[in-house]
Formats: sequence, C-alpha cells, structure tokens
Amino acid sequence: MSARIRESRGQEMALTAAVAVVIVLLSLLPMLRLVKEIAAPGGVLTTVAVEAGLRSPATWIATWHTLVVGIGGTLLAVLSGTLVAVLVSLTDIRGRSALVLCYVMPLLIAPQVTALAWLQLFGPASPFLKLFGAAPPLGTKNLLYSTSGIILLLGVQYGPLVFLLVRAGLRKLPRELVEAARAGGANWFTVLVTIVLPLMTPSIMAAAALAFVSCVGNFGIPAFLGIPANYLVLPTLIYQKLAGGGPAVLGETAFLSVLIGIIAMAGILAQEGMSRRRDYRISSTSLPSEPYELGRWRPVVQAGMWLLILLVLVLPLFGLVLTSLVPGYGIALTAKTATLDNYRFVLFEHDAANRAFFNSFWLSIVAAFFAVIVAVPVGYLIAWGKQRWVRLLNLSVELPYALPGVVLAIASLLLFLRPIPLTGIQLYNTVWIILYAYLARFLVLALRPTISGYHQIDRALEEAAQVAGAGLFTRMRTIIFPLVAPAAIAGGLLIFMTALSELTVSALLWSSGAETIGVVMFSFEQGGDSNYAAAMSVITVAVTFALMLVTNLLAPHLPSGVLPWRD
Amino acid sequence: MARLTLDHVTKSFTDFDAVKDVSIDVADGQFLAVLGPSGCGKTTLLRLVAGFEKVTSGEIRIGGEVVSGKGGSVAPEKRRVGIVFQNYALWPHMSVAENIGYSLKVAKLDKAVARQKVEDALALVNLQGLGERRPANLSGGQRQRVALARCLVAAPSLVLFDEPLANLDVHLRASMEDEFAAFHKRTGTTIVYITHDQAEAMALADRIAVMDHGRLAQLATPRELYHEPANEMVASFISQGILLPADVMTSEDGGRCKVRVLGTELVVRCRPGERPRAGARICCRSADIELSADASGFDGLVKRAIYQGGAARIEFTPAAGPDLTLRFEQPDPVVLENGAQVRLRIRSGWLIPAAGAAA
Repeated sequence: MSARIRESRGQEMALTAAVAVVIVLLSLLPMLRLVKEIAAPGGVLTTVAVEAGLRSPATWIATWHTLVVGIGGTLLAVLSGTLVAVLVSLTDIRGRSALVLCYVMPLLIAPQVTALAWLQLFGPASPFLKLFGAAPPLGTKNLLYSTSGIILLLGVQYGPLVFLLVRAGLRKLPRELVEAARAGGANWFTVLVTIVLPLMTPSIMAAAALAFVSCVGNFGIPAFLGIPANYLVLPTLIYQKLAGGGPAVLGETAFLSVLIGIIAMAGILAQEGMSRRRDYRISSTSLPSEPYELGRWRPVVQAGMWLLILLVLVLPLFGLVLTSLVPGYGIALTAKTATLDNYRFVLFEHDAANRAFFNSFWLSIVAAFFAVIVAVPVGYLIAWGKQRWVRLLNLSVELPYALPGVVLAIASLLLFLRPIPLTGIQLYNTVWIILYAYLARFLVLALRPTISGYHQIDRALEEAAQVAGAGLFTRMRTIIFPLVAPAAIAGGLLIFMTALSELTVSALLWSSGAETIGVVMFSFEQGGDSNYAAAMSVITVAVTFALMLVTNLLAPHLPSGVLPWRD
Repeated sequence: MARLTLDHVTKSFTDFDAVKDVSIDVADGQFLAVLGPSGCGKTTLLRLVAGFEKVTSGEIRIGGEVVSGKGGSVAPEKRRVGIVFQNYALWPHMSVAENIGYSLKVAKLDKAVARQKVEDALALVNLQGLGERRPANLSGGQRQRVALARCLVAAPSLVLFDEPLANLDVHLRASMEDEFAAFHKRTGTTIVYITHDQAEAMALADRIAVMDHGRLAQLATPRELYHEPANEMVASFISQGILLPADVMTSEDGGRCKVRVLGTELVVRCRPGERPRAGARICCRSADIELSADASGFDGLVKRAIYQGGAARIEFTPAAGPDLTLRFEQPDPVVLENGAQVRLRIRSGWLIPAAGAAA
C-alpha cells in the first residue's frame, strides 16, 4: 500500500517544487538582493548607503518631482478615467464598444511613443501644425517640456487604466440600488453623487493607487519630456547616474530605486487604509441599471467623447505618422517631400535599429511563451491548490510587476553584475539579463487571466480525468492546458505587446549589441533624430494593433475582462 | 469489481465534521444508494471514496486494499474507480469518442483495441454513430449516456454516481433510471449512488445508506427502511412518516407489542426484545390512518384539508394532544373538510427503537 501512496504524491510534489523554484528565482531573489544592497552592502550591516543617498540634494529634488508628477498625473487620470467610465457605463451614449476600444488603446502604446507623438504634434517642427502653417517658429521651446506637460501625458496614458477598473465596478452596481434611490425621489445627478460614486469608492481608490504606482514608476514620459528641461524624477535620475557612472554607482541607485518602491507602496497602503474605513461591499447581484437617457444632450456628449478620442489617440498618432514621413527636422510635409526613407533606414540600414527589432521581437516572444507555460501550473496551484502558502506565491509573483520597473532593473543588475556563482556564466552586459527581467516582470500579466480562466472551469473536468487514470502531468497536458489555453495565450499576447516597445527596464539593462526597440527609439530622439524614432514607433504601434485584432479572435473563448479593450 | 469498505471514516474540515464515524460495507456487485438531505455529507463521502479528499481518521478499503487511512491516500488516478458526475464533466475540447477513449489512451492501450472498445461502449449506451460529435451538440440525456460510457469503458472496479439525474428533465429521469439499472445488471459492478431523491434510491438500490449531519442514520434495504426505520430522522425523512408519542405497554411478542398512543391502545410492529417503556415514538404512514367507524380511535379537529388531485393533504390536531399536528394524505373519495370534528383510527405502525439500541 505505502508504495502506491508514495507514487501518487510524486508528480504533485514535483510540480510544486518546480513552481517554487521559478518563483524564488524570478520574484524573491531579486527583491532580497536589492534589500541586501541597501541594508548590508558588502555583507556588513550599515546605514552608509542610506545616509549618502539622503544627504544628496539631487535625491530630494527628484523625490519632490516624482511626487508632483505622480500625484498630478494620478489626479488627471482619475478624473478623466472616472468621467469617461460614468458616461460610457451609465448613459445611453451610442457606439460604446468603439469608444471603449479607442479610449483604452493609449494603454497599449508605450509611454515613450505617446511622449514622442505628442512632442511631434505640438513642437516647432510639427509637420501637422505646418500643414496649416500654425507651427511655432523653429527654436521655440516646446510647451510639453515642463512639469505640466509630464502630468498631462501621464494623465492621458493612465486615464484608461482608471477607466477599466471603474467600469468593472460600475458593471457590478445592482440596479435596485439606483432604482430605490430614484423611487425615493432623487434625480439622476443626486443618485450619481449620493449613491453611485460612494459605492464606487473602492474601485476608484484601487484605480488611483494603480495609476499612482504607474505614474511614479514611469520612465518613458519624464525621459522624453523631462530630461531636455533638466526636470528629473527618480527613474530618470537613476538612468542618468547609471549612464554616467556605470556599475560604480549601483549602490547609490539601489537606494534610489528602493525609494521609488517605498513611494509606490505608500500609495497602495494609503488606498488600503482609505477603503477599509467604511464598508462598501455590494452584497446583491443583479442586472446593471437602465442607462440614463441623455436626451437632447446625447449628440453633445457624443461629440465631446469623440473629440477626446481625437485628442488623445488620433491626433498624436497622426502626428507620429506625419513625422515619420518627413525627410528631416523642420521640413514641411508635402506630396513632394513625403518619403519612406526613415522606415528604410531603421529597418534595413541602421545596425543598432536592426538588432533592436530582432532583439525585442525574440525577447517578447520568449517572455510571452515562457509566461504562458509557467502561468498554467502556477495558476493551477493558486486557483485549485489546497495549500495555504500558495496565496503568498500569488503575492510574490505580483511584486515585480506592482513595483516600478526601475526597481526590478536595478535588482537584476545587482544580481548579475558578477558571474553567476559555480557556473561562471556572465549575464551582465548581455541580452540575457533583459530576458531575465522581462520574465520576472511580465509573468503576472499571463498569470492573472489564467487564474480567472481556472475559476471558470468546472473542477469536475479534471477530476473526471483523474478517475480515468490520468496522472497530474497527463491531466495538465490533455485536459487542463487545452481548457485554460485561451486565457493564458491572451495573457501571453498582452505580454508580447507590452514587452515589444518596453523601455523602463531595458534602458537600464541594455548594452551594445543588446539594444531593444525602446532603447534605440530613445537614443534617436535624444540625438535629435525624431523622424527615425517616429518611424520605429509607427512600426511597433502597427504591430500592436495587428496583434489586438488577432487576439480578438480568441475573445469568444475568454473570461470577460481578459482583453482590456473589449467592451 | 470489488468490495468497498468504509471503516469508522471521519472527515473533518476546519470548522465542522462533514462525515462522522461512518462504517459501511458494500459487497462485491452490490448497488448502494447514499441518501440524505443536502449538506448531510453524502458528497464528501463520495469524494472520500474517489480519493479527492483524505480521511481524517478511519480507513477506506477497495477490494481489500487500503486506499485511505493512517498511512496516507492512494491518488484518485490509481484507484480504478469510475465516476458519473452530476454535471457530466465531459471535456468540451474532445469529441464524444475522445471523451470515452480517454482512459484507454492514458493507459496506452493499443489504438485499434481502444477504438473497438469505444465503439462497444457507444453501442452499449445506444449512441452508435455519434462518436465524432462534440459534447456541446448533445442533449442532456445523451451527455449522461456519454458520461456513463466513459466510465464503463475502463471497466472500473467500482462506479460512483454523484446525483446523476439531478440536472435532467423529469421525463428523462425515469428512462435513465432504467438505463442505470440495466447497466448494473449487465456489468455486475459495485455501485455507490449518491442522491437526495428517495424514489430514485428505492428504485435502484440493493441497500440504502441514509445520512444525516455527517452520520450514518441507517443502512438497510429499501423495504426495511420504509417499514422499520431505525430512528426518528429516518422515519420522518423517508416518505414523510408520521411520528407520534407512545408508551410501550407490553414486551415484544412475535414481532409485535402493545402501545398507548393518544389515549388509545394499539398493536404495532417492533424489534425483538422491546420492553415496556415511556416516552417512545411510533411511526405510521398515511395508509395506516383511517376514519374510525366505531368507538376505537381518537377525536380531533381537521385544521386544513388541501385537495391535491386524487388525494387530499390533511392537517389534523388530536384532542388528546393539542400541540401535535398529524399530516397525512387521504385518497379519494376525500371526505374530510376544513374545521370538521372527526374520529381517526391508526391501524398499525412501527415502534421506533430506543436511541442507542443496537440494530
């Protein structure tokens, strides 16, 4: 008997052990390494690193800037995202799915591409403004190179994030609560202010916390808009220090990255604290309430919404395309001057750009593929496992993504600066360190949809296979994987789209020969070659949109909410 | 085919005992129904036998081998147990034939042999020619048949049914019941059948285990369960038996004894060895109650009479026990009416054994 009993536990233990190893390597190890660098650099417990960091005035200025743009961007994102969510969810506005699709799209465009697009749209060299002869004279300062410019773009970038969370909350609002208030004599505005918005507090708070973490950790926008104006936030300060000082300043930057981590965590904790003060739980479930009839205001509201889409999506992308077609800085775009030379240059002539396309594509594919493969067993343990410690597992997978990307990048640098012990393998200064960081950072993007996929599957399907004699690995392969695959693969596609033009992590980890699209784009822009940067951006945005369309084909097999742009 | 033994099995979850000290022995080839209200622990019992849950104490043996016990638990995939799930649990990404042939594929059976076995199984459940269909394109009854075929193709030693008819239309249930009975007859497999429907259990089972709050209330044949319930729970649960307080007047003699109920004396069936005692209870059925034509019986008030077609549901309060309400059915011609004062007589009944008395 005991032999048969031992035999049955084997595969489960193997799976658990494998998952534990992956999580420790990807999540816990880098975080622990970072903490060690701060608390005990060189193995001795000391506060030297912390004190040095605290004494530097640059630290305080960058922290102040980080808070200003973080809070400002969050406020703008929460206001715009909530307003759009309320209008889209609670009124009888037309063309809802198209609106949602267009409004959410900026979320899938890399921040530095957004920044580039807006810079090109309003700058003195703007081919768009030149079309009307409205461009400011060359040499004029671009108004976006400023604090308010950064805040505006952060708001545009993360408004959709708030929108998604608030909209999900509004969908769960039972119609009885609204109808009871209306029966009590309240008009729609009163209902909105006294019933709907208070009940949405948890969603709005959670969205605000997420937007804050994203704003604070954002690198692309302050890098494109802030560095030219010498307005540094913590991520860009870290970048500049590392770019100038190399590994020697790693300890210093480790302190700064932990500082970002602390600011981000403070945002999350503040949200938890505020949500806990009152009970907002909605107990009943029912159909969503009847939409509010806008009546004669409907055309006005609709026009306003599409104007917003025009401003945040269409015009910037249009400006980007125009810039990519201009032969050089400041030249007006006409039928005669329009050229595809920029595309030819970045695709076929420029070595680094070539390598970047190649690197980013395979890095994204491998990261996505790996995440899908890992998400299925990890999700299995989290969603269906009986052990309690798997909740911790979930948390530790979330951590590298919840914390700003700069934190993980610095942690990876610390981890791999020296060759890996025992093997002597050197990851530093190779493309592999970027791959490692991508695997750690993006795993959760595939894990979340996979877990919701698991929650939709009847566990009896697995049990039926079990009584048919299938061991755990056989069940994984023949039953579980086919059933959760759509959700996991959708997550994988999200990873691919995100990783393809990623900049935050690779800006700190790249080396010559190991460039990514984001890095090369950034260096083109810094060198004044906006046309090339624009051409690269247009290519990645086109790839992202094409992938969105492909992913839509999976939609019928997915739990709702997996594809953010689907209404 | 194998014998199944549950030996003092207890399953505790963090805050309650789902199964408490249950011992059941199912002989090789026997059809056991596990019957009980929802939350009585019958599903946990099935999951214990299948191996999805591990026993807290006690032992489960299948065909003589200990599969759950102190030493650990044999995984479900090694138990050679078949299950027909309540919601069928057919894999949506496989065809009907792939569903049925899954266990053969897992066992790496020769493909040609496997195909033949799948064909045979399909024929056995009258689904010839539907092998290439997807489960989504089948009716409820057909899905149930596929689930049955999938389970029997592996020739399991023991088949567990988890409320298999709960999701079917009423008119389909009777025909599936026949099918299950035929399945049992044909294969001679040991079957454990979980249900909350007593008609189903009575129709199919050799023996029925009634569960209540995690405990085994009674394990008996359908007839015995109906006529000789071991306790009040079984008496009232099975066919809504009527329970009345009684005092035992005489010792058992020839399986009968004399009791006093509502001021009148009557003779009821009882277990051997019953002795006079107070505070006993008897169980009788609607058929045991009739209008008294003479002085025997007890007076009372018809509180409510609800005609239900073919019979009426009567609520009756005896004068000797104003706190009691007798609920029984009177077949047509219904003569009792709301508010009528009548005299009723109990023809016979069953003396419920004293709590703790050995079966």
